[in-house]
Amino acid sequence: MTDPLAPPPKKDPQKRTNTPVLPPAARSRAALGLAIMAGQGRFALQVCDDCQAIQYPPRDACHKCLSTDLPWRDVDPTAQLIAETTIRVSPEPYFRERMPWRMGAARLTNGPTLNCHIHGEVTRGDTVKMALKLDKAGQGVLIALPTEGSDTMQDDPILRAMSCDPKHRRILISDARSPLALALTEALLAAGAAHIFLGEPEDWRAWPERAEFECRDNVSLLPLDVTDTSSITRLASEIGGKTDILINTAQFTRPGTIMQNDTTFARDAMEVNTLGLMRLAQAFGPTMAARAQDGTNAAAALVHILSAQALAPDAGFGAYAASQAAARSLCNSLRAEFRPSGLRVLTLYTGPVEGDPWFQPLPPPKVTPKALARTLVSALIDGLEEATCGDIATDVFTRWQENALLLEREKTGGGA
Amino acid sequence: MTTILTDMATALATGDVKLIDLTHTLDPDFPVIVLPPEFGQCARFRMEEVSAYDHRGPAWKWHNLTLNEHTGTHFDAPIHWVSGKDVPNGAVDEIDPSVFVGPVVVIDCSAGAAQNDDFKLTPEIILEWEAEHGQIPADAWVLMRTDWSKRSGAAYLNMAEDGPHSPGPTPAAIELLLARDIRGFGTETVGTDAGQGAHYVPPYPAHYLLHGAGKFGLQCLRNLDKLPPTGAMLIAPPLKIKGGTGSPLRVMAMVQT
Repeated sequence: MTDPLAPPPKKDPQKRTNTPVLPPAARSRAALGLAIMAGQGRFALQVCDDCQAIQYPPRDACHKCLSTDLPWRDVDPTAQLIAETTIRVSPEPYFRERMPWRMGAARLTNGPTLNCHIHGEVTRGDTVKMALKLDKAGQGVLIALPTEGSDTMQDDPILRAMSCDPKHRRILISDARSPLALALTEALLAAGAAHIFLGEPEDWRAWPERAEFECRDNVSLLPLDVTDTSSITRLASEIGGKTDILINTAQFTRPGTIMQNDTTFARDAMEVNTLGLMRLAQAFGPTMAARAQDGTNAAAALVHILSAQALAPDAGFGAYAASQAAARSLCNSLRAEFRPSGLRVLTLYTGPVEGDPWFQPLPPPKVTPKALARTLVSALIDGLEEATCGDIATDVFTRWQENALLLEREKTGGGA
Repeated sequence: MTTILTDMATALATGDVKLIDLTHTLDPDFPVIVLPPEFGQCARFRMEEVSAYDHRGPAWKWHNLTLNEHTGTHFDAPIHWVSGKDVPNGAVDEIDPSVFVGPVVVIDCSAGAAQNDDFKLTPEIILEWEAEHGQIPADAWVLMRTDWSKRSGAAYLNMAEDGPHSPGPTPAAIELLLARDIRGFGTETVGTDAGQGAHYVPPYPAHYLLHGAGKFGLQCLRNLDKLPPTGAMLIAPPLKIKGGTGSPLRVMAMVQT
């Protein structure tokens, strides 16, 4: 059993905050596939399309038949840990700060032997469940996990460093008026979050749902409007240094085609959905990046909830879809900018949300706020970069990965 | 040589004439009118830094502003309303600038508004006021004092499930003011109409009737409690926006002490 993680003590103001250091990041182009799979929480390896041999490490030609047709496929993660060692000395600053470090070799039931990190609840000879995780450098690495871990297995230091677990963390939800905010608050607190800050835009506009937040412990409503730079910088100057996870729930939705909608709504969509994210990242990002290895409650992630329309527009949502696509692009740029710190950017794709008045006339399936909150919390715990919630977003994301142009063609009515 | 203007300059310098600022600060948190969400909305005041003595401009600081013509303390021109769309010279850039400075009277409704959020300015109240102060002179601004400007936050729009509740004029009151041939009508609330003004016939009577008659509106005023019922001079020149339906502005009153 893993020692449960204690709530972190208050910071010692006389101690310098650790500068983030990263594990080695250099990879071959083929090996970047591990990071893509890890970012989605998939345990997938290259599998030869000609001879079905599972490949490891990633490569350009099959180790068995030299075929170059090596698509990434989900494979059975069951393995046996056949060897382990404890590293006590390393020239790498990242590992030097975390010695001793256990590594080993695990043989997949259906394939090759993998070099891997080892969870503390696993020892040599055990049957293990292999997982692909993103390390602090944002690279895909393998870890051998117990097949049935203890309740505190997530507190294992190696696993925690690969996750963005809300436990003991302080989380800012940017828009308390979002139909998602209450469900997220409840799910994050249930997952052990220390405190939830919620941005409240336009407190001069009464909203009855406010009462749901006012009565809770460890929940604070604070003035924040993602379209108002001054409100963001003011809040960042107050809580930027203790925001460990930032979840952007601010959304502006107006259905309408490009030709029939107007640019006023389109501008609002860009202001909230795109530039709002940029302003939040500008105000909170640098401090969060500087605190990315600040102990138990180090800053861990910036989360942006995207409509699946970020990948391909639905007819009749032109400007909204454009703002989502632009926000997705910003998330990718932010990944690059946060890379040196290890701060993760999680994009969660969703379909229409139940209770969002702008999607009211649309038929099911819709995503309930509770389901989205569950998905978001698990994605944080799993340390993902991309996740989907609901049938629509999952379907769109899958089809987009398979053939983005075909998806666009289908969604814009060019299909047979 | 002594002229009216040199006398005025002297009076301002000696304090015999005081300038009262009737304007709210343009602030991102100042309420704007809220319409049903499917309608286009009034832009909130926003200010983005262009440079601040830094790499974006080493010796200067300036901002880009985003706002609606009807954000903050603002002026309504006749073409703001459908009834005034064909009024000649009805846009802010076309209005004869001589009307931007003129006499103002203040009808004190603050006691009633303190008791009743939906307090109505009626012809009876106007006639009572006239009995005391004389008939409202032609071409004067008429301001409805409610002390509503002392409210802040959600109490300002005072929005309930059946819409906002704030004081304003009845259609008959506006008809009477038009019979007096006023220049314009101003309030301390977010609009010249009552919060529940949509339920009058015609809906939004102040907007509909005033602008239809080529008159002007002022709203989100403050400091009306510092003005006398009669005798003050209002200065309210809107920005010269081509085809503008209104404009944020600095509204001031000159008061003889």
